Amino acid sequence: MEIDPFIFRLSIFILSIFVGYYVVWSVTPSLHTPLMSVTNAISSVIIVGAIIASLAGSSDKVFEISNIFGFLAIILAAVNIFGGFLVTQRMLQMYKKKKK
Amino acid sequence: MTANLSALFYLISGILFILALRGLSSPETSRQGNYFGIAGMSIAIIVTFLSVGNFGSGLVYVLIFLVIGGSIGAFIAFRIPMTAMPELVAGFHSLVGLAAVFVAISAFLKPEAFNLGTIGNIKLASLIEMSLGAAIGAITFSGSIIAFLKLRGIMSGSPITFKGQHLINLMLGLAIITLIYYLCISQSSNIFWSIVLISFLVGVLLIIPIGGADMPVVISMLNSYSGWAAAGIGFTLENTALIITGALVGSSGAILSYIMCKGMNRSFFNVILGGWGATDQSVSSESKEQKPFKSGNADDAAFLMKNASSVIIVPGYGMAVAQAQHALREMVDALKKNGVKVSYAIHPVAGRMPGHMNVLLAEANVPYDEVFELEEINNDFANCDVAYVIGANDVTNPVAKTDPQSPIYGMPVLDVEKSKSVLFVKRSLSAGYAGIDNDLFYRDNTLMLFADAKKMTEEIVKSL
Repeated sequence: MEIDPFIFRLSIFILSIFVGYYVVWSVTPSLHTPLMSVTNAISSVIIVGAIIASLAGSSDKVFEISNIFGFLAIILAAVNIFGGFLVTQRMLQMYKKKKK
Repeated sequence: MTANLSALFYLISGILFILALRGLSSPETSRQGNYFGIAGMSIAIIVTFLSVGNFGSGLVYVLIFLVIGGSIGAFIAFRIPMTAMPELVAGFHSLVGLAAVFVAISAFLKPEAFNLGTIGNIKLASLIEMSLGAAIGAITFSGSIIAFLKLRGIMSGSPITFKGQHLINLMLGLAIITLIYYLCISQSSNIFWSIVLISFLVGVLLIIPIGGADMPVVISMLNSYSGWAAAGIGFTLENTALIITGALVGSSGAILSYIMCKGMNRSFFNVILGGWGATDQSVSSESKEQKPFKSGNADDAAFLMKNASSVIIVPGYGMAVAQAQHALREMVDALKKNGVKVSYAIHPVAGRMPGHMNVLLAEANVPYDEVFELEEINNDFANCDVAYVIGANDVTNPVAKTDPQSPIYGMPVLDVEKSKSVLFVKRSLSAGYAGIDNDLFYRDNTLMLFADAKKMTEEIVKSL
């Protein structure tokens, strides 16, 4: 019997939870705020779905209702991607070692 | 681009995201990690364009909206003051949540575009996944909005509770599950909209009973939810990058919530079901007889610290509110010139989000190797001459170690009282968030400095 592709995705999901568990425990507590902003930025990879949604359908009808939701989602996710990565960058730039 | 090839690229961007988090294990590798994250995101976006392969007029609009959103994000990122990080992160979480809801709605309205079947005949698994994604996304959205309003001070930080609150939440939660069940049978769009609406309501109800100082837990929890929402959408879209990311972010937020709860010695449910602030306020008003305490001025403080050989600074949320981190750094510079050894002690729940104090100190150019976590530094208080408590309160209260009756009993605290003298910068003797008196105020070795944290620190700099 063939294995349902869903099972593969579930396996990836569960293994990723474990990877996430070990990786996040190794994050130093002083970087917990950048951790939150960067996780926030990467979770905006949901923009992938937004792009598919907005390009769906025939190209002469750009503003169908489902496309509009896609466009809105693109704006939201883009704010997050740029805002998240840049603010993380700005924070990480501030962490300096003692001058010897 | 074939589906198999794009799936491989999505896997690569998932791996780059893992490396982005891995980089945060030390400040040196963290900047590189952030670049990995950016690379992963770019790959995911480009691959999506190529695999959709529709380069009509829609693409132009996609790029325009991408630029609009990106500019707004970049503008915010450069302009936001570091003290406002908690509300910024809460605000960003709400956007992820809402984006998840919109993608789910779009997928429900046009399932053909996502290969999920046709309207009224969407695959069962997809229907469950998208409604879960939409529900969690909606809860993340409205919950984060409430958290944002509370952190921003637009809404009062005190818990809002009413009778039967938890019962209502439970009923609404069950209602969502029931509606998902009926959605699967009927494929009715009305049911889908009801699920989204009820979830918005649940998000609001879930966060309003939680008080201001419990925000570190709330933010971490919403971080986690935004991850699970992304994962739900990832299953719907059969997209590995989203599934991996969702799992990473979900577990990251869950771990942070756990660390924050442990920092307060409270269970997750205890925090979620409503704060200390609501139940224990009566304790402080009962015993109001004035105990003797000593207070001093900036000159006394400057004298004590100048003649000390080691000083430990204990910052808290009050430092962030008063924006005192730069003045504090000047004070430390002056002390170092006098040959005083200075370090900083950070409690896990100091501030309004995990790592809040560390970012503020980094902003004020404090080297990160002078900043220590509770376990690293707690033994050093016994050998330290002066502890300078600025804007922290409950996390220094020795009652947590001595009085089993106290609501904060068992919470790990900084052993500030063990140092030879304690300088406590505070506006008044009022109780902290937990609503209990701090024993430390009345100790023989404590000198209260009644003033705004920033003003007092600046005055000390002048006297040094």
